[in-house]
Amino acid sequence: MRAPSQVTARVVAIEPAGAYQLLTLAAPTVAAGSEPGQFVAVAVGGPVTSMLLRRSFALYTADPGTGLIQIVVAEHGPGTAWLVRVEPGASLDVVGPLGRPFRLPPEAGTAVLVAGGYGSAPMFDLARRLRAGGSAVHMVIGAGSAERLFGVDEAHAVADSVVVLTDDGSRGIQGLVTRPLPQLLGPAGASMVYACGPMAMLEAVGAAAASHDVPCQVAVEESMACGIGVCMTCVLPVIGADGRTRMLRSCVEGPVFDAERIRWKDVGTLPADVLGADAMVVH
Amino acid sequence: METSVSMVTSLADVTLPNPVLTASGCAAAGRELAPFLDPAELGAVVTKSVMLLPRSGRATPRMAETPSGMLNSIGLQGPGIDAFLAHDLPWLAERGARAVVSIAGGSVGEFAELARRLAGAPGLAVLEVNISCPNVASRGQVFACDPVAAADVVRVVKAESDVPVFAKLSPDVTDIVGIARSCVDAGADGLSMINTLLGMAIDTDTLRPVLAGVTGGLSGPAIRPVAVRCVWQVHAALPTVPILGMGGILTGLDALQFLLAGASAVSVGTAVFHDPCAPVRILAELRAELAGRGFGRLSDVVGLAHRGLQR
Repeated sequence: MRAPSQVTARVVAIEPAGAYQLLTLAAPTVAAGSEPGQFVAVAVGGPVTSMLLRRSFALYTADPGTGLIQIVVAEHGPGTAWLVRVEPGASLDVVGPLGRPFRLPPEAGTAVLVAGGYGSAPMFDLARRLRAGGSAVHMVIGAGSAERLFGVDEAHAVADSVVVLTDDGSRGIQGLVTRPLPQLLGPAGASMVYACGPMAMLEAVGAAAASHDVPCQVAVEESMACGIGVCMTCVLPVIGADGRTRMLRSCVEGPVFDAERIRWKDVGTLPADVLGADAMVVH
Repeated sequence: METSVSMVTSLADVTLPNPVLTASGCAAAGRELAPFLDPAELGAVVTKSVMLLPRSGRATPRMAETPSGMLNSIGLQGPGIDAFLAHDLPWLAERGARAVVSIAGGSVGEFAELARRLAGAPGLAVLEVNISCPNVASRGQVFACDPVAAADVVRVVKAESDVPVFAKLSPDVTDIVGIARSCVDAGADGLSMINTLLGMAIDTDTLRPVLAGVTGGLSGPAIRPVAVRCVWQVHAALPTVPILGMGGILTGLDALQFLLAGASAVSVGTAVFHDPCAPVRILAELRAELAGRGFGRLSDVVGLAHRGLQR
């Protein structure tokens, strides 16, 4: 994995993609050596901003040849509202690549990639790498409604099969992304699952994978202040190889975790058996 | 021309090559910043407050962005002093970085034990005593808000320590000069100011507090005027006491304000979340601003704003 760098990235293009904006940035040092599942942290608001915290986005594409990276931005606050209104030619302060990427299997198999909303962004590069390694790839893409799907056409290009679902039935099958999983994970089915999307979706996908004894990696979405491991705000309870649960930073120890290691029900709480929780009781 | 400015400064009897440090809790123990800056190039690395035992920290959400600042309620998540001494401090020492080690305790005895464990540790330059912790013995009242409790902590740490001891003061007091004087009388070699201000935000969608810990520490440029005022008042009252100034420094000119108010060095905290290169950028900006104003030595500006004012 390449060490992150902080760069001034030129906005090459910004274009709508359903409910989202697709930003193309010139950031050669970020593009070089990044891997699917890694993310970038972008400063928002310009040079005299009052919004100090970076916004983090999974890399959708990263092309070492052209030096271009792409991210998918959903507007849901003042920071992203500023970001989706940048003009081509403008400069953005970008730090990346950050975080631990999806791990590729040691040998070819059958992968099921499950994505919710713009959580599909890192899945296409992942699919290409899995297929380059000889694996079969099946994608399940879901969202609340048709305009909140991202990359359905591309999914058909990079996957052996694609299932599209929406909560409201406005495109594809009506239902949640877990719906087709029993079929895809059943006997003689998948050997690995990768997922990215909202936490509740990741928990459900992880549970489905576990019930079929298929290993599952998820890229979590926790709110972060810095993205580089110093602020300690993006933690969640994760069970280690030694069986102990620790509050791990999703920016540097994640964002990709094994789903079975995350204590989903305890996210947002402090379970009493977390390492160091006893010290919190006193003060 | 810029390189002709001598940036050398000191914290008590510790000489630093320059006056820009990280801030406790905003740089971990330095390692995560290594892709962005050389920790040895800073005046010193101020490490996140370490306690005796490993601590999980609080539940999430732990932070909220606020206008020109942020609230945090981390709960001093950390590895404990054993792991800190085994892994973190040696890493800094090997790179030639000077370490200002921040310690935090829930009792006077815990502070003393931490100072004892750290005595003689390679790389340790200064102890910063984070007294903005609840005192278990007085039902959670914060040490920094009680001149007697603050002095008790400083006294025991000083007795165990072989490096200068700086007390980190909270702005959430009626009379910061009184607390400062109490710490100095108890043996503090210097003062770090300011810690975060206690704040709160409420989520208007969930209709509940944003932070799991309900209240949190406010940091960033929003608190800078409060911090400059605190440094100013304490330097006016105790002009010989070294001050490490901090609170919302984003630029070299922000740092210059603290120096003019009486700080001998500054810590850059929340700015690192915004710009991981901030400490080295601010150092370069400060050097240029000093040169542009015709100063040859950093020490020439420390406390300069006080000169000639009627009191």
